[in-house]
Amino acid sequence: MLKEFVKGLWKENPVLVAVLGMCPTLAVTTKAINGFAMGMAVLFVLTSSSIIISLLRKIIPHQVRIPSFIVIIATFVTIVDLFFKAKFPDISKALGPFIPLIIVNCIILARQEAFASKNPLLPSILDAVGMSLGFTWVLLILGAVRELFGFGTIFGYPIMTHIPGFKPILVMILPPGAFITLGVMKGIMEYLTKKWSK
Amino acid sequence: MKIFYILIATILVNNFVLHYFLGICPFLGVSTKMSSAIGMGFAATFVMTLTALITWLVNHYIIIASGFTFLQYVAFILVIASLVQFVEMFLKKFFPALYRALGIYLPLITTNCAILGLALLGAMRKYNLIENIFFGFGAGIGFTLALVAMAGIREELEKADIPEGLKGVGIALITAGLMSFAFLGFAGIIK
Repeated sequence: MLKEFVKGLWKENPVLVAVLGMCPTLAVTTKAINGFAMGMAVLFVLTSSSIIISLLRKIIPHQVRIPSFIVIIATFVTIVDLFFKAKFPDISKALGPFIPLIIVNCIILARQEAFASKNPLLPSILDAVGMSLGFTWVLLILGAVRELFGFGTIFGYPIMTHIPGFKPILVMILPPGAFITLGVMKGIMEYLTKKWSK
Repeated sequence: MKIFYILIATILVNNFVLHYFLGICPFLGVSTKMSSAIGMGFAATFVMTLTALITWLVNHYIIIASGFTFLQYVAFILVIASLVQFVEMFLKKFFPALYRALGIYLPLITTNCAILGLALLGAMRKYNLIENIFFGFGAGIGFTLALVAMAGIREELEKADIPEGLKGVGIALITAGLMSFAFLGFAGIIK
């Protein structure tokens, strides 16, 4: 049972191994806090929709399962969007259209199709939470690295500014910085996996 | 004039893939061969132009008119999913040659975030109908441009000697980063 939870963190990590959900990963990680907020939003949507779909898995007809999943997911995404707008308007503005775009985040649909629609409630919840946390840590690190070099801060606390002569590297918070940092992270991940499996 | 501005902006400056990070999954997944990149690009351009037209009508005459704005996301995704299905059936019946060329890419487009992103961005920017259609068309052409350029580079990359861990997705992401760098150069064209 614990296996279902752990696999999302490293071995079947949704971003670095399965290469799913790349759009929010690259787009919102200009700051660590934005990456964390996106991770939490996905945690809520993925867990809630896995609960509903796992409970309804015997009722939903096979032919219309994809539209049914998408409507359930879209409902929870609307809840998250309204919640962020009401409680954290700054983060909601920074994430922009990427909160509603969680609907078409392939991680969520992939977990419903591959896991929640075939498994009982408890394993489905563990799978959903594990996958969301695997997604969150990648976004958190990517956001922290880009924020550190792009603004000289982490979570808004100045760090690099203590180093004399440091100038923010603007390109890290522009689109090329996202692509290149994630590419390097993927390379490091492959290297470590190979080294540890020996 | 505004239409021309929107076209240039969506194709080059605010390219959907390289600036907004929309449609990254097909961008990485379908860019290994030139022929499939072209097929996917045209299928997406076709669906995006249609989506821009239909979601504008749905948004203005149904959602805003009835006041149910909280149903916007659910309505958009249902419109897109059924539109893709409809386009697939229509092409199969009336343009079988085109269907054979684009058919396998159509189902993939439903979960392409560029399509839903297009509908949401268009609604946020409050374009009028004509502007929104050109926004959709420009976004499709921009997507095709990025996809085809990437496919050309990746076909050459097959022969290159790449460090072990970076093979496949890693080097593709770094290449996309360099392409995105190049596209930053267009930023001066518009204000």
